[in-house]
Amino acid sequence: MNPAAPDVKTLRIDGVDVSARADQTVLEAAREKGLSIPTLCHLDGLSDVGACRLCLVEVKGTSKLMPACVTRVEEGMEVTTQSDRLLKYRRMILELLFAERNHVCSVCVANGHCDLQWLGQAHGLTHVQFPYRYPKLSVDASHMRFAVDHNRCILCTRCVRVCDEVEGAHTWDVMGRGIESSVITDLQQPWGESDTCTSCGKCVQVCPTGALFEKGRARSVVKDRDFLPYLAMMREGKR
Amino acid sequence: MGRQILIDPVTRLEGHAKITLHLDDEGAVEAAHFHVTQLRGFEKFCEGRRFFEMPYLMSRICGICPVSHLIASAKTCDAILAVSIPETAANLRRVMNLAQIIQSHALSFFYLSSPDLLLGMEADPGERNLFGVAAAHPALAHDGVGLRQFGQQIIESLGGRRIHPGWVVPGGVAEPLTAERRDRILAGIPEALSRVQRTLDWFKRTIESFREEIRTFANFPSMFLGLVGPNGELETYDGKLRLRGETGNLIHDQLDPQRYAEFIGEVSEPWTYMKFPYYKPAGSEHGFYRVGPLARLNIVSRCGTTRADQELAEFREMGRGAVLSSFHYHYARLIEILHGIERIEELLADPKILSKDVRAVAEPNRREGIGVAEAPRGTLIHHYKIDDEGLITWANLIIATGHNNMAMNRGILQAARHYVSGDQISEGMLNRVEAVIRTFDPCLSCSTHAVGQMPMLVQVVARDGTLVRELRRN
Repeated sequence: MNPAAPDVKTLRIDGVDVSARADQTVLEAAREKGLSIPTLCHLDGLSDVGACRLCLVEVKGTSKLMPACVTRVEEGMEVTTQSDRLLKYRRMILELLFAERNHVCSVCVANGHCDLQWLGQAHGLTHVQFPYRYPKLSVDASHMRFAVDHNRCILCTRCVRVCDEVEGAHTWDVMGRGIESSVITDLQQPWGESDTCTSCGKCVQVCPTGALFEKGRARSVVKDRDFLPYLAMMREGKR
Repeated sequence: MGRQILIDPVTRLEGHAKITLHLDDEGAVEAAHFHVTQLRGFEKFCEGRRFFEMPYLMSRICGICPVSHLIASAKTCDAILAVSIPETAANLRRVMNLAQIIQSHALSFFYLSSPDLLLGMEADPGERNLFGVAAAHPALAHDGVGLRQFGQQIIESLGGRRIHPGWVVPGGVAEPLTAERRDRILAGIPEALSRVQRTLDWFKRTIESFREEIRTFANFPSMFLGLVGPNGELETYDGKLRLRGETGNLIHDQLDPQRYAEFIGEVSEPWTYMKFPYYKPAGSEHGFYRVGPLARLNIVSRCGTTRADQELAEFREMGRGAVLSSFHYHYARLIEILHGIERIEELLADPKILSKDVRAVAEPNRREGIGVAEAPRGTLIHHYKIDDEGLITWANLIIATGHNNMAMNRGILQAARHYVSGDQISEGMLNRVEAVIRTFDPCLSCSTHAVGQMPMLVQVVARDGTLVRELRRN
């Protein structure tokens, strides 16, 4: 331990010695060191909710798998981010996401620029072993500039968080429970009739899939998320 | 006792189908049916989707001619946006559609039909495929592969990929053409021209040996439908509809495709998933017409390019008024390849093709749109209706192959009556019945293709269902 900085913890991630501030998460510590842990609901600049479970890691001394995005670093911690067991679960999570709604990459607005698609490719996903549910879900295109296609939503809640934490409008929220959950605008009004939406478009940019998109765009739309950490930092400074 | 012959599956065409031949008590063919055995459902499952997504959704109907669906669908979306797209965008789409026609015609002629033409209808089924052609006549196979490559590479140069390019968008195209890519396409033109010319010369020399097939392969009077340019020239991207009768008489000219529903009706039959479009004023019984390469060359006043017009003049000598045998679809396909290459060269020679102004942007301004283009196999019609949010509420597609449905059924009957007799079924006989269908190059909108032979089962079944005779091809 470095006596000059008592709030610094030292831990081992994948056999590499890592130092991190006590308020940092395992995910932050690992990424600072250049170690990759897959994430989907996490986005730099937004709070973490540990919803997608893709960042699960093994921690020595406990049989439970821990979500790296919401697990604080601890002194002497020994973390494993890549193992057969983790790969198996991560694949299973991705397969369940694909099976849950109607993800058709070939005709999707986000094809080639989709976090879910990238993760599927990165994890060698060639098949989905679970039966597809094919739910009948709606497309809300009532907003002048944007649309939401619930078929492609994975309920990561990035839109909910960016709207609440960064824009401050809290137009988005989640309705229902379990498999019936769905993101909604205001009190489940059509997006175009929302009183709170400022039409800033941040939700569209942070959406990892093609669920939220700009109208008039058809395919391979690149989303811009670089603004987010900067915006979060600037707003933090002004508080 | 009546019997039935079943050809299932029919091979070397795009998709899955089967043929049944119904025999009377004397063993003569009394009826023939061409069954399309798969339902796709595109018109139904696109309901509720955004109209903007339609070109990509619809292009997935087919891996052979995705460009045709992209273009017809994008034109329908242009109509919904109520925009007039920039001239350069229209010409770039035109180039892509021609490239598509070249590659698809090359696939049909060389890969699927040349085995019958070169090796003979009676040749050993094990040899009667593209590999057999490559062994017997390597130069021809090489030209076929080269022409298909030429078309596919143009599609890739423009759209970024050969199959399902995303470059055609509502309002125009996504990106302008660069000089470097244009030059790359132009560099391939001389070789492509010589390839198709060589094939045309060979085909014209060979055609005499197919007299019997020419006489019996869907050779009957019918109307012919297709798009033409303002001066009656061959036009595959835009234009107006022209309908000619069997003697070459003009029935309609410069008909606005937006009015298609006034003239074209559709009926369904319980034994096939493919509908039967017909010319309404003549009724569903007599209103059958043909579309595609043969129809286009029958309706146009001229091709509009030098060498293709010379070939057209020679082609026209084969029939008075109109060329009626569907066998000549093959010939027409080669002339259209020639026209396509010449036309692409003309379009790319215009410096305006490099203009950066390639897209019109608008919100939907109409609730309904119709888009019509010429696909390799004939006139392709897309028609959508949307709600206030721009979501599809209704869609109707009339696919090129559908227009030919009545003609294909009649053609099979004609050939089967000539070649098939109940007690002596030979493989070559049945191949001729299949070959009638191949002249139309039907795209049954399925990604399944057979290089060479798929197993074929022919059953002669008595009316009470007992199997009289079975012939199996492996």
